[in-house]
Amino acid sequence: MLGYFGRRLLYVVVTLWAISIAAFVIINLPPGDYVSTLIANAQAGGEGLTPAEIVNLRLRYGLDDPIFVQYWRWITAILLHGDFGQSFAWNQPVATLIGERVALSAILSISSLLMVWAIAFPIGIYSAVKQYSWGDYGFSFLGFIGMAVPEFMLALVLMYIGFRFFGASVGGLFSPEFQDAAWNLGKVLDLMGHLWVPILVIGVSGTAGMIRVTRANLLDELYRPYVHTARAKGLPEWKLLLKYPVRMSLSPFFSTVGWLLPGLIGGETIVSVVMSLPTGGPLLLSGVMSQDMYLVGSFIMILSTLTVVGTVVSDLALAWWDPRIRKRYKRE
Amino acid sequence: MPEDDVLLEIEDLRTHFLLDDGVVCAVDGVDLRVRKGETLAIVGESGCGKSVMARSILRLVDPPGQIEGGRITLHREDGPVELVGADKRLLRQVRWRDIAMVFQEPMASLSLVHTIGSQIVEAVRLHENVGKAEARERAIDMLDRVGIPKPRRRVDAYPFELSGGMRQRAMIAMALSCRPSLLIADEPTTALDVTTQAQILELLRDLQAEFGMAIMMITHDLGVAAQVADRMAVMYLGRVVEYGAAEQVLSAPRHPYAQALLRSMPRLGRASRTRLAAIKGMVPPPFARPAGCTFHPRCDSAMTGRCDTVTPSRIPVGDREVSCLLYDDEQEERP
Repeated sequence: MLGYFGRRLLYVVVTLWAISIAAFVIINLPPGDYVSTLIANAQAGGEGLTPAEIVNLRLRYGLDDPIFVQYWRWITAILLHGDFGQSFAWNQPVATLIGERVALSAILSISSLLMVWAIAFPIGIYSAVKQYSWGDYGFSFLGFIGMAVPEFMLALVLMYIGFRFFGASVGGLFSPEFQDAAWNLGKVLDLMGHLWVPILVIGVSGTAGMIRVTRANLLDELYRPYVHTARAKGLPEWKLLLKYPVRMSLSPFFSTVGWLLPGLIGGETIVSVVMSLPTGGPLLLSGVMSQDMYLVGSFIMILSTLTVVGTVVSDLALAWWDPRIRKRYKRE
Repeated sequence: MPEDDVLLEIEDLRTHFLLDDGVVCAVDGVDLRVRKGETLAIVGESGCGKSVMARSILRLVDPPGQIEGGRITLHREDGPVELVGADKRLLRQVRWRDIAMVFQEPMASLSLVHTIGSQIVEAVRLHENVGKAEARERAIDMLDRVGIPKPRRRVDAYPFELSGGMRQRAMIAMALSCRPSLLIADEPTTALDVTTQAQILELLRDLQAEFGMAIMMITHDLGVAAQVADRMAVMYLGRVVEYGAAEQVLSAPRHPYAQALLRSMPRLGRASRTRLAAIKGMVPPPFARPAGCTFHPRCDSAMTGRCDTVTPSRIPVGDREVSCLLYDDEQEERP
């Protein structure tokens, strides 16, 4: 078991190294760099940058060094000092920028996940057990609507309703008076009051999808012989349902649970942009648009690390959940 | 006139599947009796309804199948109970405590994510008021009795860590853990190789002698039936066509279907060079049951004008019951 995970960790390191190179190269692929974006912006604003200023800027950001030198500088800083570099556009350390947004991103992701699970699991189980009943058809219908409606549209509609009928401020997670206030009870309550809209928006399509997955996975198990055995033993129906087929049907869920990790800092970009939520997604998007290369590179690096780690976490979770997997790891 | 030693009585059991294309009468008026401590073999081709019949006893038929009618009476020590109309509470009590089942695929019938011990313990604690430790000792004892080596270690094994034969032994251990008065074995040896099959049959016979339970053995294999059965019921298209002592049914079958079935069985030694006789024709499609006797289109002795119009009832022939119009006259001759 230890040997198996030792090998897995080695693969993780190699994968991340490959990703870091790929990410860095891709960031540098489009023509131009951050300084050319600055020049274009300055010209659009009617001001020009003098050639001396341009040279100075390029020198300061080290943009004229060969790409592998730039890469080396970036990756050694991360590895040796935990320094993800400076964001050009924000003139702040990338770590600070992302760190500010992690908490809100995580709150948003976790609470919408909890909502998805709390609603989708019971409904999915119900739909599978009562397959082709009116209830099943009803939930399937709602589920397809939930999956088909684009998130940004739902966000716009909800914001309109909130503004028109409840007088809520449009977008953001705080009312204007709390925007820059220090944390206190009032600000927390204000956050709660705003948070439900994005949670609902993000949760709807996730819930709809989860219902379908839960239903399909459970239907695969519901008529297996071991369920007959359990019933023949005289177990009450709901108890045998949860203990045997539902348990078995959760294996695919555990094998993907780790992929939720990157979503904690970077998910739901479109909804966040539409609702102007201060989460990680819009930050990454703006960085890509202005060729803010250390911001984007480090962001992608963190997301990739979370994805790769998430996969390992998934495998561990599955081994914990399913003895067949556990025994196989032990043999290896 | 139920005799004293009757354990389970099935009367006119009908289990139908209501499908979109029509109704399939999988079990269509079965009458059977199982006596205490005896082994009754139910034989018949695939699709004759023997498994559905067995599942109907514990009401384990999945929708769209449902029991349309009939009575199933279990004679318990504290009096008879009727199972077709029983409420869930009584049914759960009867399941495993009075009637336990062993299924065809031990790999699929045991939960793969629970240890064998925990599955046996669950059954024991469901029906008896015993503590965890005691139930576990019972599980170990049962594993020992079904011939699983090192039961103290195997009790914590998962089903996928055992061989097919060992898995079926574990399943049998689980089935007998509550000392049922009837064990329904639904093709228990079909998924196993021949050597293991013989061992499992012998084990069942030994356990029957030890625990004294009755066994209902569902099988399509006349060889298996011949090995274990005291009594035998031959099923065709959802009905019992012949029911009697196993020796008699096997040596001198009366119903044309039973006769044809026996002729189609290969025998060692005698006439091994002759071609096996096949039963002529095909099993009719489920939505188009022949009128009258359902076997008449395939029957060599079919009487035109009679077998295709009159549904034969059970006719006592000697100490057997045969559902065939050929023997109808014999009965009428008697007073």
